[in-house]
Amino acid sequence: MRYIPNTDKENKEILDSIGVKSVEGLFSSIPDSLRLKNPLSNIPHAMSEPEVLRHMKGMSKKNADLDSHISFLGAGAYNHFIPSVVHHIISRSEFYTAYTPYQPEISQGTLQAIYEFQTLICQLTGMEVANASMYDGASALAEAVLMAHRINGRKEVFLSRGIHPEYRQVVHTYCRYLGITLKEIPFSEKGIIDLEWLSKNISENTSAVAVQNPNFFGCVEDMADIEKLTHASDAIFIYCISEPISLGILKSPGDFGADIVVGEGQGLGNPVSFGGPYLGLFATREKYIRSMPGRLVGRTVDANGKTGYVLTLSTREQHIRREKATSNICSNQALCALSATVYMALMGKEGFKKLSILNLQKTNYAKELLSNIKGYKLKFKNPIFNEFVIETPVSPDEINKNLLKEGIMGGLNLEKFYPELKNCMLICVTENHRKEDIDRLWKLLKQY
Amino acid sequence: MDFPDGLLYTKEHEWVKVENGKAKIGITDYAQHELGDIVFVEFPEVGSGVVAMEPFGVVESVKTVSDLYSPVSGEVVGVNSELEATPEVVNTSPYDKGWMVEVAMSDKNELKELFSADEYTKYVEEESQ
Repeated sequence: MRYIPNTDKENKEILDSIGVKSVEGLFSSIPDSLRLKNPLSNIPHAMSEPEVLRHMKGMSKKNADLDSHISFLGAGAYNHFIPSVVHHIISRSEFYTAYTPYQPEISQGTLQAIYEFQTLICQLTGMEVANASMYDGASALAEAVLMAHRINGRKEVFLSRGIHPEYRQVVHTYCRYLGITLKEIPFSEKGIIDLEWLSKNISENTSAVAVQNPNFFGCVEDMADIEKLTHASDAIFIYCISEPISLGILKSPGDFGADIVVGEGQGLGNPVSFGGPYLGLFATREKYIRSMPGRLVGRTVDANGKTGYVLTLSTREQHIRREKATSNICSNQALCALSATVYMALMGKEGFKKLSILNLQKTNYAKELLSNIKGYKLKFKNPIFNEFVIETPVSPDEINKNLLKEGIMGGLNLEKFYPELKNCMLICVTENHRKEDIDRLWKLLKQY
Repeated sequence: MDFPDGLLYTKEHEWVKVENGKAKIGITDYAQHELGDIVFVEFPEVGSGVVAMEPFGVVESVKTVSDLYSPVSGEVVGVNSELEATPEVVNTSPYDKGWMVEVAMSDKNELKELFSADEYTKYVEEESQ
C-alpha cells in the first residue's frame, strides 16, 4: 500500500501545470540504460505484526551482547552495572526525551535535572563550571581544542597519542579548515607520554596540550609533570577522560590544574549499547566561562523569591550570536545526562570510591594472572586503572575468534589503531566480571 | 532619548567624545535602550590597535549580544574596568559612567565621517520608523 494522498485528478492538474504528460515523463532525463526495468523482486511480502516481532527477535539473537557473552572489551566503552532505578527514573514520561528543552523555562524539572548534572560533574572533576553535556567524548575534546584557540589565539595543539584514536580523528576533522596544527605526542616504553619529547617541542606557540588519563592503554599518566610543562608555556591544559569511574580513585583533574576537562560519560549509568548514544562531559574554570561551548543551566530566584532554573549565558550560543557563537552545538544529551545524574546520586561519594577500588582490584588480579602465562607479557610497566595491554603469542584476532566460540569477547587488537603494537591486546575488567570469568579467560589463553 | 551636543555618533550607535587627541567611546542612549539590561562588556586589550568601523568589543544584554565598533582608528589606551563589576551602569549613565574604551587616534580626519547630535537624532528617527 502506498501512502500518497493525491488523487488521479490532482496528479493530472500538477502535471498539466508544469507541462509534463505523465509521471513517467519526469524521469525522461535518466538514460534508458540506467533505468530499472523490472520491479524490485527481492523485497519480501508484507508481514503481520506477530511475524515482524518474530523476525526482528530472530535477527537480534544473532548479536553477541553482554547478556549472552562475557566481554573484556573496553577501549572507550565500559561495561558497568547499571542499577534498575536508573532506567526506572529516566523512563518517567516527564523526563523521557532525548532533547534539550526548546522552550526551556516551562520545563523546570528537566532544567533542575541538568543543573544537578552540572553540579555533580563539577564535584567529580573538581572544576568550577560544567555545561549541560555534549554529544560524546570525542566531540567534547574537539570543542575543547577550539575553545583553547578562542582563549589564546594560538594555532598549535599537542594531542597525546594515548588519547582514544577515534577522539583524535574527530579533532582532526573539526580542525581541518581552521588553520590549527595538530601534533601528536608519542608515548614512551612505559605506555605514557614521552615527557622529554613534550618539553623539547612545546613553545609559546602552543595553544593547548590535551592528555587522556587513564590513557587508551589503561595507563595512569604523570599529570602533575604534564601540567607544569603546559602552564610553563602558558598553554591550556586539556584533561580528557574516557573512563569516568577512574575519578573515584584518582586525584581530580581540578586538583591537577586542568583548564578544561572533557570526557566520555557513558560509564556513568549508560549502557555500552553497540556504540551509542553516548554522553560528552565538559567542564572548565569560571574565568573561561564565556568561551565555553554548549548549554548551561543556572539557578536563580523569580520575582516572588522562589527558586527557578534558567538557561543562562545563552549569548554564547548560535541562536543568538549566529556565526560568532562559541560552538554550533545547540542541544545536549539530555536523557544520557539524566542517566548519569541518577547514577551518580545513587552511588554517592562513598559508593563511587568503592566501585573504583573494585575495578582496580579485579583488573590487577587479571593483570597478574594473564601476564604470567607462558608466552604472554605485560606490555607497559606502569600503574593502570581498569585496562591493561598484554603481548600475545599469536594474533589477538585469532585468539578472539576462538574465545567467541566459548561465549567470550576478548580484548581489543591494538594493531588496528597502533601499527607498531603487533600482537597486543587491550583487556578491560570491571566490577561486572566475576573471578570465575577471569579464571576462564586465563584457562583459554593458556592454550596458545 | 538623550543625544548630547558636542559628541559625535556612528551608524552603529556608538558615541565619541574627543579630548586632547583621544577619543572616549561608549554606546548611545538609543543603543542601551534597544539592547535592554546590559550584563557584560568585552573590551579590547589596552595597547592593541583598532581600525575605524571594525568590531573591537562586545556588549551583551540579557536578550542579545552586539558588536562594539570603533568609530576611529588608533591604539587602545584605556578601558572602563568598572563595568566588569557593574555593567548596568551603561543603562543608567551611557554618556558618563558607562563609557567603554579610550583610543589614541591615528587619523583625526576620520571624525569627519561621524554624525553630529542633530544628524544622529534624524538617523535614529529614520531607523526606528
